[in-house]
This record gives sequence, structure tokens and C-alpha cells, in this order.
Amino acid sequence: MQNAKWIKTPLQDKVIENLRVGDKVFLSGRIFTARDAAHKRFMEILDRAGELPIKLSGEVIYYCGPTPSPPGKIIGACGPTTSSRMDSYTPRLLSMGLKGMIGKGKRSETVQKAIVENKAVYFAALGGAGALLSKFVVSSQIVAFEDLGPEAIFMLEVREMPLFVANDIYGGDLYVSGIEKYKIL
Amino acid sequence: MREISVNRIRDEIEEMFIEANFHLPEDQIMALTEALKAEDSDIGREVIELLLKNAEIARLEKIPICQDTGIATVFLEIGQDVHFVDGSLEDAIYEGVRRAYKHGYLRGSCCDPMTRTNTGDNTPPIIHERIVLGDKVKIIAFPKGGGSENYSEVRVFTPADGIEGVKSFVVEMVAKGGPNPCPPITIGIGIGGNLESAPLLAKEALLISYGKRNPDLFLAKLEIEILTEVNKLGIGPQGYGGRITALDVHIKAMPCHIASFPVAVAIQCHAHRFKEKII
Ligand code: SF4
Repeated sequence: MQNAKWIKTPLQDKVIENLRVGDKVFLSGRIFTARDAAHKRFMEILDRAGELPIKLSGEVIYYCGPTPSPPGKIIGACGPTTSSRMDSYTPRLLSMGLKGMIGKGKRSETVQKAIVENKAVYFAALGGAGALLSKFVVSSQIVAFEDLGPEAIFMLEVREMPLFVANDIYGGDLYVSGIEKYKIL
Repeated sequence: MREISVNRIRDEIEEMFIEANFHLPEDQIMALTEALKAEDSDIGREVIELLLKNAEIARLEKIPICQDTGIATVFLEIGQDVHFVDGSLEDAIYEGVRRAYKHGYLRGSCCDPMTRTNTGDNTPPIIHERIVLGDKVKIIAFPKGGGSENYSEVRVFTPADGIEGVKSFVVEMVAKGGPNPCPPITIGIGIGGNLESAPLLAKEALLISYGKRNPDLFLAKLEIEILTEVNKLGIGPQGYGGRITALDVHIKAMPCHIASFPVAVAIQCHAHRFKEKII
């Protein structure tokens, strides 16, 4: 647990192979926000064989709907939302080359399997630490679905964003192993 | 009789929702500070330290504590000798919320339940009013996040289900939520009344100060018992594993029908934000 690792996006396979559940990771590079409404729209586009507004190959999606940026600030509060609400959409995106996801909370069995199969990784960010997490964002720009307001797709450039590996390619799950240790029967 | 302009209520509401989103109450800071001492898990302590740091950044730099700036919930206790002037009280509250979320750069987190289209200005707020003695108005601005609300529930048990029914219900809800309601959580439990009053009691229970026990000794003991049970789950801060899953449990109870036993569980995240004012 808790080996600190500094990694960059787009995520390379050899970087992903080196990540283990419980590792603390400092992530740098570009990531894209997408939450419920954007995912729903991704599916609608894919169902009619359309093209997604962002290329997913090698990219990382952050389940986040930030608060509006006040004048002079790069972004508002930008912590993670609950990832399980995206579970039904995720395997499809992973099969298209998505390499990483950032959110909070446990993923379904199906998603965990898809993470292993597609050599991807799921990171946990601190839920409810929106002010703190905003300090690691160096640039922010809406790149698609502007009409969705806070649910639009933002391209964020992050520098050393602190995360924990929650699901790795070895089938590990932080939300199981962590809890097992402290559970009192 | 005392006249109060609804414009004053509007301005207070605006200020209070902004304040609530930037300033974590002292009580909650104290609860987290004590949790830091009590937590055994390294990752758990690291999480709590970061949450305290988050609260400090929010306060100093005026960044919302959490990007989920909540559904605007308003509790009003209106003295029966108050006469509101200058327009509709409800419109004034709506306008206060609208202005708070616009001027405070807070996220509109309210949408049509079916189409999911964002209402754009975080209205409508949820308003609870109570008429009390006197000529004062007590306002509580309570921005409530969705992550923890999603693991809150009301159930109408039968009297035979008893206290054990309550305990296992609460433990079930906390276990089901796991990391999703952003632990360490606070738990409000409403017991009695009926289908609509139990959840309201549970929400009001969330507004009780950290560490304050129910004046009824039986319920006070039950609060401690439930807290102990919940903290055996091992979920810990953020669900990464640890001792402190819940910071506190508060119960509010009232009589109910002889045939039923309504119980509501309201879960609140570590970003336990609200602001109270009497005018
Ligand atoms: S549950 Fe609370 S702390 Fe977590 S994201 Fe929602 S509002 Fe923020």
C-alpha cells in the first residue's frame, strides 16, 4: 500500500501494469470530465454509429461536474462524483480504448472485469474535496456538450493530482481490501 | 406584531447559501479533528487530513468545499407575530437561492426528474416552514449533496420489528452506501410520526450539534449503540478502510400510530454544510 508513483497521461500500458491497488498516484497531463448526462449522450451517438466528440484511445475520463469558474480562476470546485452511476456505460468505452477513469466509490463486477480485460485502471479521487482538487488543475476548457452546463465535457490539464489506485489490472479492489482490514465481525 | 420585509429574507438566504458552501461549520471541523485522533488506518488519517485542508482552502480562497453545492433546503421557524411585507415570502426565498448560486458561482445541481434538464439556477428550493411563538424568524440554509442523499431512505416497519429493526436498517443503509456518500458520514434518524414526518425528523436530526446526545436516555444510548455498530463495518474515511465510518448519530423521535413504526435514515457526507441565523 501507499507507494507513491508519478504518472502522465495518455496512459501507457507499461505504466498501467505497474499500478497496484492502494498505490498513491500523482497524475499529470490532460483528462476529460464526463458524468451522467455526457455518458448518456456518448451512448446515443455510438448507437447511431456516430463519432464521439473526443477520441478515447489512451485517455482518462474524470467523473466530475465542476462549479462555475469565478472570474480570474481556472476552475471552481472539482471533486469526483459517484462512479457507479456510470457503470452501465463504462465497458463499452473501455473496449474503445479508454485507459483510465477517476471517480469515487466502488465499481461493478462487470466494470472490474472490463478493466482487467482492456488493461485499464480506475483511480479514486477524494470525494467532497472539490476545493483542494481544484489546486491541481492548471487549465480548463469546455470541448463538447456545452449545453449540458456543469455536465459538459471539460478538458483539464492537471499537475500532480493526488489519487489512489482503486481497481488495477490484477483484479484488486481498494474498496474491498481496505474494508476487510478494519471490519469487526 | 413585527413587520419583516421579504427582501431581507431574500438577502439573508443569498448570503447564507454562499457562506454555507465556503465555510465548513466549526462543529464539523471539530468532529473531523477528533476523528483524526481516533482513526487507526494510515490511509484513513491521510484522507481526514486532506479533508481538513480542503475546508481550509475553501474558506481562505473562496472555493466551494465540494463541487456538489447541493439542493437548496431551507428550514424556517416563523414567529406567529411576524408579518411579512413587500411581496411573497416564497418568491423571495427562490430569488435568494437564485442569487446565491449565481453570485457565489455555485453549481446548479437541480434538474427536471424526467428529462434531466438542468433548471439552471438551482431552484426550486425545498422549503420547510413551522409556525412558532414570538416575533422572530429562524432560517437554516442547508445545501444538501446528492451522493449522500442517494443512500437515505424511509421505511414503515411494524411495531414487532422493534429497536432491532431500526438498528439493522441503519447498518444496512451505511453498508449499502459504502464509499459513495463520502464518509466519514453523519447519520440522522427519524423515528415515529408517519410516512412524511419521519424523513423530516431525520433531516432535523442532522442539524443537531456534534456530540450532543438526545435528552431521552434510552434514545441517547441507542445513538451510541448505532454509532458503534456502524463503525464496525470498516468502511472508514472515503471507504478506503478504517474505523471512522460515521462521526455521529442523532435521533429525533415522536409518537406514531399504534399500528406502525416509521423510521427514516438520512445520511450526510463529511461536507456537512449548513448555516443558521435568527432575525
Ligand atoms: S456526498 Fe457530499 S461531499 Fe460527497 S460529492 Fe456529494 S456533496 Fe460532495
